Amino acid sequence: MWTIYKKEIRSFLSSLIAYVVIIVFLGTTGLFMWVIKGNTVFDFGVASMQVMFDLAPYVLIFLVSAVTMRSFSEERRLGTMESLTTRPVSDISIIMAKFLACLTLVLFALLPTLIYYFSIDRLGNPVGNVDTGAMWGSYTGLILLGAAYTSMGIFASSLTDNQIVALILSMVLCLFFYIVVGMVGDIKALDAIGKSVEWFGLDYHYYSLSRGVLDTRDVLFMLSFSGVFIWLTKTVFESRKW
Amino acid sequence: MSIEVKDLSKIYGEQIAVNSVSFSIGKGEIVGFLGPNGAGKSTTMKMLTCYIPPTSGTANVCGFDITDKSMEVRQKVGYLPEHNPLYLDMYVKEYLAFAANLGGVQDVSKRVASVIEQTNLGREQHKQLGQLSKGYRQRVGLAQAMIHSPEVLILDEPTSGLDPNQVIEIRDLIRNLGKDKTIMLSTHIMQEVEAICDRVIIIDRGNVVADDKLSNLRQAAGNAQRVRVQFGTPQSKAKLLEIEGCTHAADLGKNTWTLSGEGDNFRQAVSHFALTNNLEVLELVSEKNSLEEIFRNLTGNVDHI
Repeated sequence: MWTIYKKEIRSFLSSLIAYVVIIVFLGTTGLFMWVIKGNTVFDFGVASMQVMFDLAPYVLIFLVSAVTMRSFSEERRLGTMESLTTRPVSDISIIMAKFLACLTLVLFALLPTLIYYFSIDRLGNPVGNVDTGAMWGSYTGLILLGAAYTSMGIFASSLTDNQIVALILSMVLCLFFYIVVGMVGDIKALDAIGKSVEWFGLDYHYYSLSRGVLDTRDVLFMLSFSGVFIWLTKTVFESRKW
Repeated sequence: MSIEVKDLSKIYGEQIAVNSVSFSIGKGEIVGFLGPNGAGKSTTMKMLTCYIPPTSGTANVCGFDITDKSMEVRQKVGYLPEHNPLYLDMYVKEYLAFAANLGGVQDVSKRVASVIEQTNLGREQHKQLGQLSKGYRQRVGLAQAMIHSPEVLILDEPTSGLDPNQVIEIRDLIRNLGKDKTIMLSTHIMQEVEAICDRVIIIDRGNVVADDKLSNLRQAAGNAQRVRVQFGTPQSKAKLLEIEGCTHAADLGKNTWTLSGEGDNFRQAVSHFALTNNLEVLELVSEKNSLEEIFRNLTGNVDHI
């Protein structure tokens, strides 16, 4: 598994993907948080990173989809899928290797944002007046959200040998589970049913985590969500045998 | 036995790709797997390399069942898929090391170096796969197939799309490898079989139509005769088939026909036919019963070629 993982990471680094993803992520979040007038930290005057944590899920939808789109589509297009799956490695370790490689890239995009945290911590009045609990909760939520996005992206990529189709499909899936499912809860007419549907949305659990309470239900939901899509990917993998 | 196949079938929906195929390949043999395009060669190979499972039937590779002991089979088999897919952005050494790691090779760099030497890749070993010529890519394909020292090599059309010099190089390479490995290679070129294989299995529309040594096949087909005739005037096929012993008549254009028939006197029969019908014969040549001919007879495509 680690052989494939290393190969994936190396191909991210040797192509431009890794750098573009990290720069775009930091660029957008950084601009919105510090520069573009209207909703920067300075405008609110509150020592919080809420701006970034509200924005990051949307930016990640694009970036994760862009990172994952080639993982299986490319293999299918080149035909290397055949030589890869006839080597003595199991299907699940191929999928996990790709999943973890993409997730690693997401983590590396998130890592530099710790500088934002440090800056806000220093800027606070008094210094250090920042809600650390909420921050770590949000980071956990963001990482888990990244995992959920990645699993959907990999699944989309396994369905087609066309990277553009994979990209769009992945974005649609992410947007659906992050936004649309949550919106159902706002429909007054649906009442209780709407509320239970809302529970299946990723945003529900993300915001629950970002309050700073690490609820195991939220963590478990996010992890099993990724698990379900990894399992679906495996099913697609096996469909060649049907 | 290195490969034992019994009643192996693969059915895609309505279409029977491989129809109850049985054969076995002994240790150290080089066997040519021959058939027209779409005969089921690749499908059979994909089943033997555990890429797709058979619809029914069983197959063993080095004693391991392809469905139950898939991992062991993969460890024993080196596979070069059709069209030789490669990661074009990887470097030669990097890719071979990748394949070696996945194949569970212990001393990776040493093994990579020895495989590079064996396949004569030395000169190109620092290049990216995308920059290599087709012949060198094919060498890389062979190198990755043999990197984990498998006992069996399954090569799907290893020489397709190469220029004549490259074909000869790859054939030499395969012949060398065959000294200590069992090799099953598919092709639709008869000369290739003649050049490297001990034995040939001919498959047509999913069925094994011949499984024998080449020399035996030649002998068996020895009775059939082929004659090329050019008439002075256009002839109808039905009329030509009336010639005593004539089994096939193929129109080559310009009033030229290839007639196949049985019996030692087939040539005389053709000439007799021309005389009795008062036909003008511009040319009458007896053609040697070539390998191509055997192939065509067995795969029943005489009229299409």
